[in-house]
Amino acid sequence: MPIFPNLNNSDELKALFYRLFVVIFICIGLSFLSEAFLTVNNLLNVLRQASLLFLMASGLTLVILTAGIDLSVGANVGMSACLAGTVLLATGSTTLGFLTGICCGALIGLANGLLVTLLRLPSFIATYGMLWILHGITYYFMAGATINGFSKSFRMIGSGYWFGIPVPIYMMLFFLISGSIFLRYTIFGQQIYALGANPVTARLSGVPVTRRLLLVYILSGITAGLASLVFLARLNSAEGDIGEALTLPAIAAVLIGGTSLFGGVGTMLGTLIGALILTLVLNGMNILSIDGNLQALVTGVIIIVSVLLDLILRRKSVV
Amino acid sequence: MSNMHILSKNLGYRNYFQRIPGVAMMLLVGMIFFGILSKDFLSVSNLTNIGLQSSILLLISLPMTLVIMTEGIDMSIGALLTLCGVVMAYTLSVTHSLPIAICLAMCCGLLIGLINGSIIVYWKVPPFVVTLGTLGICQSLALVVTDGQSITDVGEIVQLAYNGKVGGVAIPLIFSVIAYFVTYFLLYQTRFGIYVCAIGGNRESLNLAGVRTNFYHLAVYAFSGLMAGVASILLTARMSAGHPTAAIGMEFDAIAAVVVGGTSFEKGNGWLLGTLLGVLTVGVLRNGLNLLGVPSSVQVASIGLLVLVALLIDSMKMKS
Repeated sequence: MPIFPNLNNSDELKALFYRLFVVIFICIGLSFLSEAFLTVNNLLNVLRQASLLFLMASGLTLVILTAGIDLSVGANVGMSACLAGTVLLATGSTTLGFLTGICCGALIGLANGLLVTLLRLPSFIATYGMLWILHGITYYFMAGATINGFSKSFRMIGSGYWFGIPVPIYMMLFFLISGSIFLRYTIFGQQIYALGANPVTARLSGVPVTRRLLLVYILSGITAGLASLVFLARLNSAEGDIGEALTLPAIAAVLIGGTSLFGGVGTMLGTLIGALILTLVLNGMNILSIDGNLQALVTGVIIIVSVLLDLILRRKSVV
Repeated sequence: MSNMHILSKNLGYRNYFQRIPGVAMMLLVGMIFFGILSKDFLSVSNLTNIGLQSSILLLISLPMTLVIMTEGIDMSIGALLTLCGVVMAYTLSVTHSLPIAICLAMCCGLLIGLINGSIIVYWKVPPFVVTLGTLGICQSLALVVTDGQSITDVGEIVQLAYNGKVGGVAIPLIFSVIAYFVTYFLLYQTRFGIYVCAIGGNRESLNLAGVRTNFYHLAVYAFSGLMAGVASILLTARMSAGHPTAAIGMEFDAIAAVVVGGTSFEKGNGWLLGTLLGVLTVGVLRNGLNLLGVPSSVQVASIGLLVLVALLIDSMKMKS
C-alpha cells in the first residue's frame, strides 16, 4: 500500500525514518525522565493535541508545498472559532455552527489566495497583513467577552471518545489518508508539487497556476476552519485571543515534518510526524515543569533548525 | 521601471513627483479627514503628540526600509524591541545606572540582529522564517526575564528621554531627526547604501564585482537590531517601565509604514523619505482613530487595509 511515502524514493523514506527515530527517542527519554509520561491518559492526550495541530498543519503543508506560506492560520482559527461559537449559541444548531466555521475559514483562505494571485503579493506579506486584520476584527467582534457552554453533541468532536479513543484522532487519520491520496494520486496533488518545484515549468506544461494557488489557500483556510471547530469543542469556550499562539507551532510542525519551504518537497505523513515531535517536546516540557514561557522559544529554535537541516540535506543531495 | 531611481537622489525630479502622490496624498487625505471629524486633531499640541508617538515607529521603520530593500524582512523587530526594553528596565532596576542599561539594551539588539543576519546571509535561509523564529525566541525571553510582570522600578531619569527637552525641542524628535539623517547618509552617501540597493537589485553581479556582499548584507540586519536597541530607550522612557508585551506586533506597523511609503519587495526599490511619510501616515491614522474613540483592534485592521490600498495604487501605477 504505497499511499504514504513514495516507496521508490529511498531518500524520502529515509527522511521519514529519521523523524520516526526522533519520535521514539523523545518518547524513551521522557519515559525515563518522568513517570507521568508513559500513561495511557497522557499518550492519548499527546495524540489529541497532535491531531489538532495536524489539522491546521495539513492545509498549511499544501501551501508550503507551493513555496508559499500562510501566516494567518492561527488568526483564522481564532476568528472562525469565535464566529462559529456565537452562531452555535445563538441558534443552538450544530450544523449551522459547523457551516459557519468552515465557510469563514474558506473565505479567509480565498481572500489570501486572491491577494497572492491577483495582487501578486509575496505570500508571507499578504497572509501577515491578513493575520492582523483578522485579529483586529476578532477582538472587536468579541469585545473582550468569553463565550462558553456549547451543546454536548457539538463537544463530541473535540472531547468525545469512540471505542476509548478521542474523536480528533480519527479525524487526524482521515485527513492523513485523504490528504496523502489527494497529493499522490490526483492530478491536483501532482500539479501542486509541480507548481512548488518550478512554477515556470508548471505553467508552461499547462498547470493552471492561478487556480491551483487559489485552491491551495482555500484548502488551508478550510482546514483552519475545521481545526477551529475541534478546538472550540475541546475548550468549550472562545475568546478573542484564542488562535494567537497557534501559528508558530503549525509552521514548526510542517517544517520539522520535512516539507521544504522552497516548495515541491514534502508529505502529509511527514507533517503528522512533525506535529507529533513538536507536541511531544511541548508535552515533555510541561511534564518536567519547565517554564511555560519558554515554549515559544523552543518552537522558534525548532523552526530555524529544521529549515537549516533541510538546506544542509538538500545541498548534500545536489552535490 | 528601472531600479535606478533609488540610487538617485538627483536623478531627476520627475521620479520624485511620480512617487510622492501615493503616500503624501494618503497623509493629506488622512489629516483633512480627521481634521474635519475631530476638532482637537489639528491643534498644535496634538500634532506634536503625533510626532512624539511616531518617533519609536520611525526608529524601527528606517532599518526596516533597508531590510526590505535587500528583498528581506524582519518580523522579529517588534519582539526584539520588547526584549531590549525589558533588558533595559531589568538592568535599571538592578544597577540603577542608565549608561549600563542603554549599553546592554543596544548590545542585546545588536546580538539578535547579528544572529538573524548570519543565519539569513551565511546559511541562505529565507528571512521571514528566520525572523519568525527569532520572534518566538525574543517573545519568550522577554516573558522569562520579567516572569510575565511589568518591571516598574526603573527610576526617574530614564523618563527624561521621552519627556525631556533640549533647547526647546523634545528629545524623541531629536532621536528621530538624527536617526533619519544617519540612515539617509548611510543609504545615499556611502558605498554601503549603493550595495544595499544592489543586494536587492542584482546580488549576483555584486558578487561578481568582487564586493563582500555577505558582509554588507549582514550589516543591514545588525543595523536593524541595533536600531531596535535605540528605540527601546524611548519605549522604556515612554512607559517608564519594562513590559513583556509592550511592542509585540509593532513590526506590522513598521512594515506597513515602509510599504505605504512606496518601498517594494522586489528589486531593491526603496525610498527613505517615503518611509518617513509612511510612518506619519500610520501615526495620523492611529491618533485620529484614537480621538474618534475607535478601539485599537479596529485600528490594527485599518492599518492592514491602508497597506492594501497602498499596494493597489502601486499595482495600478505599474500597469499604467
